[in-house]
Amino acid sequence: MREVAIVAAGMTPFGELWEMSLRRLFAEAALEAITMAGVDHLDAIYVGNMSGGCFVGQEHLGPLMADQIGMAGVPSTRVESACASGGIALRTAFFEVASGASDLVLASGVEKMNDGADATNVLATAADQELEVYHGITFPGLYAMIARAHMEAYGTTEEDLSWVSVKNHRHGALNPKAQFPLEFTLEQVMNSTPVAEPLRLLHCSPVSDGAAAVLLCPLDQAKKYTDQPIKILGTGQATSAMALADRKDPTFLDSVQLSAERAYTMAGVGPDDIDVAEVHDCFAISEICCIEALGLVERSQAARAAASGLTALGGRIPVNTSGGLKAKGHPVGATGIAQIIEIYEQLRGESGRRQVQGARLGLAQNMGGSGASSVVHILERI
Amino acid sequence: MPSPRYWREVPSRLRLEAARCSGCGKVNYPPRPICPGCRGKESEPVTLSKTATIITSTVIHIAPDDFLFEAPYAIAIVETPEGARFMAQVVECDPSSVGPGMDVSLEFRLIRKEARSGILCYGFKAVPTASWEAQS
Repeated sequence: MREVAIVAAGMTPFGELWEMSLRRLFAEAALEAITMAGVDHLDAIYVGNMSGGCFVGQEHLGPLMADQIGMAGVPSTRVESACASGGIALRTAFFEVASGASDLVLASGVEKMNDGADATNVLATAADQELEVYHGITFPGLYAMIARAHMEAYGTTEEDLSWVSVKNHRHGALNPKAQFPLEFTLEQVMNSTPVAEPLRLLHCSPVSDGAAAVLLCPLDQAKKYTDQPIKILGTGQATSAMALADRKDPTFLDSVQLSAERAYTMAGVGPDDIDVAEVHDCFAISEICCIEALGLVERSQAARAAASGLTALGGRIPVNTSGGLKAKGHPVGATGIAQIIEIYEQLRGESGRRQVQGARLGLAQNMGGSGASSVVHILERI
Repeated sequence: MPSPRYWREVPSRLRLEAARCSGCGKVNYPPRPICPGCRGKESEPVTLSKTATIITSTVIHIAPDDFLFEAPYAIAIVETPEGARFMAQVVECDPSSVGPGMDVSLEFRLIRKEARSGILCYGFKAVPTASWEAQS
C-alpha cells in the first residue's frame, strides 16, 4: 500500500445554519479544501452522511454533491454508518489512494439536521428498530443506560459526567467554528433539564448543521499541494452487536477497543504515544467510555479524567480540544471529518489558543449508534 | 410502518419465543439463523420465563412522538432466568425507583399506538414484583 497524506481541509461553522441547505453546506466545505490545495480535478469523492433521506428527503448524495462543485463525471459515493459516516468516508478514501487506484480523493461529511425533521426520531434509526426503538427508547436513553451501568459498576457520579461537559465547553469557547463557544459551570450542567436519567441537556451534544472535507493524495505527491502534509499513519474499524442488550458488558465499548487496536497496530504506535485526541463525546458518558477503551486513560482514572485535568488542555492527554461534539456541535455525518480536521490543524500548529504544543501524533475516534460502529485514525506530523 | 412487519414479529414479541443454541447453549432472543456466540446453526425453541432482573435502566424525559404523553417513563434492559436480555418499559411504579438489580415480572401490554396508521402495537412491559417492593 502507498503512504497517504491529508493536504487540505475545509469546514463550515457548526450550528443552526438556517440560511444554508444540505448541498450548500457541502459545497462550502469542499470548495475550501479544493481551493486550499489549488487542484482543478478530483479522482473520486466520498460523502459521509447519516440520513439525508430522513432529515431533508434527499438521498443519492454522491452525484448531487459532485455536481454542486462542478465535478459531475467524477465517481462520487455516499458512505453511511450513522454518526461514524464521516470517519468511515475518510477510511474508504484512504484505501482508494493507498491502493494506487486514485491520486486525489475528497473525503467529506455533511448533515442538515435543522430543517424541520424530528431529530430524536431520525437519530433513533441508528438503534435497533425492532428490539429497542419499538419500546420507546431514544439515543440519549441508550447512553443513559450505559451511564447508569457505569455508575453501578465503577462508582462513576453525575459530577464526573458533568466535568466532561465543563471541560469540553472550556475548549469549545476557544473554537470560532463551535456551535456553543461558551463556558458552563458545574452547577449549570448539573441543574440542566433532565433528558434521560442520569443524562441532562448539558450532557448531550446538540442538533447541528455543518460540513467538513479533507483532500487526500499519496504522501510522495503531497508537496505539490502543501508545505505541511499530515500523514495518515493508521486506520482501524470495528463493529459490535447492534442492540445494547446483546453486548456482554453494557459499560464497555468493545468496538472502540477493537478499532483502536487495529489502528495502533497499523501505525506501529500505542496509546502512550498519542499527544492529542478527538473522541466521540456524543454524550458525556461516551467520552469516559471511549478514553478507557482507547487506552488513553486507565479504567480507574477515566471517570475523573476531566475533573482532574488529565484530559484538559495542558493535561497529560488533551481530549477534544475542538470542544468535542458537545460544544463544537454534532452534524452527525460531518463529525468524523471535523474531528480529523482538528487533529490535522493541531499537528500543523494552527490551533491558536487551543494548540497542544509540540503535538506530533494525534488520534481521532468516531462512533456510530450506541457503539455498534467505531473507526479510529492516527495522524502524524512529518 | 406496514402491518406485515408486526405480524412477522408475533412469535418473539408476543409469545417470547427464543432459541437455545445446541452448540454453546446461548439463548438468542429473537431466534436467528446463526448463533452470534459460536456461529452454530442448530438450535431448539425455548419460551422465555415471564420474570426477569433489571441490568440497567433510565427514565426518559424527552420522548419520541409515539410516547410523548407517557413521559417521564422508565425503560430497562432486563435479563430472564434463561439468560436472554432485551429492552422493556418498567411500569406500575415510580419511575425513579427503577434501577439495576430490581426483580420484575413481564406482562403483556399495549406498547403504543402507531401515529400514522393507528395500529395498536403490543408486547411485554416489566412490572416490579411484589417481593421486590416488600424488600425496599
